[in-house]
Parts: sequence; C-alpha cells; structure tokens
Amino acid sequence: MSEPVLPPIGMLAELTHRCPLQCPYCSNPLELLKANRELDTQTWLDLFSQAADLGVLQVHLSGGEPTLRRDLEQLIAGLSARGVYTNLITAGINIAEGRVEAFADAGLDHLQLSFQGARPATTDRIGNHRGSHEKKLETARRARAAGLPLTINAPIHRHNIEEVPEFIDLALSLDAERLEIANVQYAGWALANRNWLMPERAAVERQAEIVAAAQERLAGVINIDFVPPDYFAIYPKPCMGGWARDAFMVTPDGTVLPCHAAQSIPSLRFERFGPRSLAEIWTDSPAFNAFRGTEWMQEPCRSCERREIDWGGCRCQAMAIAGDAAATDPVCIKSPIHARMAMLIDETRRTDANTAADDAFIYRRIGVVTEPA
Amino acid sequence: MMALRERAIVSLQSVPSLPKHVRIQYDPVRQAFAVLSPEKVFWPNEISLDILRRCDGRSTVGHIIADLAADYDAEQEAVAADVIAFLQEWSDKLLVKL
Repeated sequence: MSEPVLPPIGMLAELTHRCPLQCPYCSNPLELLKANRELDTQTWLDLFSQAADLGVLQVHLSGGEPTLRRDLEQLIAGLSARGVYTNLITAGINIAEGRVEAFADAGLDHLQLSFQGARPATTDRIGNHRGSHEKKLETARRARAAGLPLTINAPIHRHNIEEVPEFIDLALSLDAERLEIANVQYAGWALANRNWLMPERAAVERQAEIVAAAQERLAGVINIDFVPPDYFAIYPKPCMGGWARDAFMVTPDGTVLPCHAAQSIPSLRFERFGPRSLAEIWTDSPAFNAFRGTEWMQEPCRSCERREIDWGGCRCQAMAIAGDAAATDPVCIKSPIHARMAMLIDETRRTDANTAADDAFIYRRIGVVTEPA
Repeated sequence: MMALRERAIVSLQSVPSLPKHVRIQYDPVRQAFAVLSPEKVFWPNEISLDILRRCDGRSTVGHIIADLAADYDAEQEAVAADVIAFLQEWSDKLLVKL
C-alpha cells in the first residue's frame, strides 16, 4: 500500500444474529451464529474502547435484533462515556417496558426503526411475524416520548415498492426526523430470494420520481435518504464508501469485516477481535488491504475517472455476478458484463414470482438454506 | 390528525440551536471538530464552526451576525447573507433548529 491508511469513522456492531423477524433480505449471512458464539459484555466494551481510540466517531448497534442483548444499556453507556455517537438499529418488537427510556438514559443518540411495510399486513408478512406492525408503532411512540431522535428505515423490494408514498406518510405521522427508502441490496439472503424481490422497472422509475418530489416538498420537515436499486443503475455505489476506507463491521463472534457480505469472497480470511487488536486488523489484515485504495483495480476501473468516486463499486457483487471479487462491479455500464444485470432482472419475470406467494420466500432462519448457485 | 412540522425560514429574529441528534465534538485523532448526526459526519471549516457554535438556543440570528462581523472585522451585510444562507441550508437538512 502506497497511500496511508486513514482511521475509520464508523463501525457497525452486529451484537447478535438472533431476531424475532425472518425478513427474506436480511443482511446477516446465510449461516447465522447462535447465541453461544456471541461476544460477552466486557469484550464488546473493550472492542468499543479500542474503536474510539482508533478514531471511530459513530457506532451503529445492530443485529439481528440488538435489544435481545440484555446488556445493551451497558454497551450504550460504555460508548457514550467515550463520546461515541450511538445509533440503535432495531426492529422494535417485544422491547420490554421501560427499556427504550433506559437506552435514552444510557446516552443513546439516535434510534433507527425498520418497517417492512407501510401497511400492517405487509409488515407482518415480510417479517413473518403477526402483529409486528402494531408493536413497531408503539416502539416509535416510546422513542419519541423518551426524547430520542428517530429514523424510519424502509427496505424496498417488489412487494412493498408501491407503498413508498405511504412510507412517507407513516414517517411523518410518527414525527421522525429521517426516512430511509433503501432498496434491497442483493447479497446473502436477498440474493437467495432475488427472483422474488426484484421490482418491476416501471415501479423503480415511479419510485424515483415520488421520492425526488417528496424530498423537495418536505425539505426542512423530514430528511429522506434514498438508496436506489443498483441493478437498474449505470454506475455502482461506492460500497461502504470504499473497501476498508472509513468504516467496518463486527459480527456477533467478533470477526471484523470490511462489509456485511465480505465473507462471500472465498479467497479472503478474516480475523477476530481478541487474538488481534482492532488497530492491527484495520491496518494490517490482508483481507482489509486486499481492495483498499485503487492499486488492486483492473481495467476498466484502473484508468477510470470515477475510480475514487465509486471505488470500483461492490466487491461482493463483483464476486457474485462476475465470479471475480477484483472485477468491476457489473452494475457499472463500463463493465464488460453489464448486460448481465438486465438479463438478471428479466430472469425474475420468468419465475412464478409475480404471484407473490408467501411460501415462495426463503425466510431467514437458522439452518434452512445453502448458498445459491 | 397529523401534527406536521413545517419548514422553518431563517429571519433575524430566529433563535437557532442544534437539535438533539446533532452535536459538535472535538476529535483528538484527526485534531479537528466534527459535527455528528445520524449516518453522517461533517467536517465544518472555521467559519461554519463559528456559526454553529453560536447556535446556542439563546442568541438571535441578528445577534450572531453582529457578533461574527465584529470578530471577523467584516461588513455586517456580507456576513448576514452568508450566515442566513448557511443556516437555511442546515435547517433544511434538519441539522439546525430555528
């Protein structure tokens, strides 16, 4: 590496893989870890302390469902004591009375609450959990009552893309500061369910217009962040802001990864916190250095004027679709196999997916699925 | 009934403050002040930082402008235009409360 390694700004901590929901696009890996593999309280606190020393300013506490960790208040307090900005990413189901207030008292800065649908029936069906919508509404109300700033997160796919206007109304009615309209990224579970999740092209275009109009109309009222579906795009996203550039994530057992899906790249070996310090892993780990900066790039990335805008796009998508983690993300129009994206979209038309039968989904669960071909 | 927030427009009488989800913090690793907000970290320049620090929930925009003009030894009118534009932009992103 010729360029200096900059300190990380953000960290996503997957405290557990346990979750009451079974969303078919879950960003956890297909092989979920059981509770007995999770780091204990003190190890997380040590890890957070090292993260703060390293320059991490924001920690996103996620899962699975992070509130299933009984020590969550303690973990928030530990981060807060170090001045780290804490964001709790929760499904908002079955949170015991008084706990949302306890998170706020521990110093939580912000709460992000997912809604699988804007309509109760959609939320309950996608997460495969009856009554979940009502529970989420209650969590949102408790968060506001506890004075917590609120983001509503809406993961978008074929079965709820028509609900985008209703998601906007929902976020407004819950007095959220922020709404994320985030189209599902096809890695892990979402890749296994791609044929059942891929939206129609016309719906994608309509969605983009609706969101752009709402962003303008609601400036100063609510922030709407939009993550478009990249199969329909001509340039890739700068995934994670660039591989190992300013953020990383940690799995429930302390494995440190550059991104959610990094373990889908078979040539890389990832290290665990404990045997090695966070600083050693961030700076020296061969997996972190594999795609850092621009020197690893092949053509057309290598000489592209956008190479420091999108950093070659997503390595895991290159792996999944091009079969080479060092290839240009096929989302990019300059990729020699860019046409494959349109073919993959068309392929979803040929499946029986339009009938949208519930049992067509492979719901997220421990031990139900093997890697898709 | 939905109790909708409305877009706030900056005036000289506005009293800006930082909302609960936004905070300014010195980062000893990078030796710079960062503005922390959900999902985003900003690195304001010196002038932006001087404006944001004065968003204390007590000072009016008029007062902030006068104060900055004195500090920077600059024309009030020029400072006013910059400060008002900055605060409107930050308010529209819900990073400053008016």
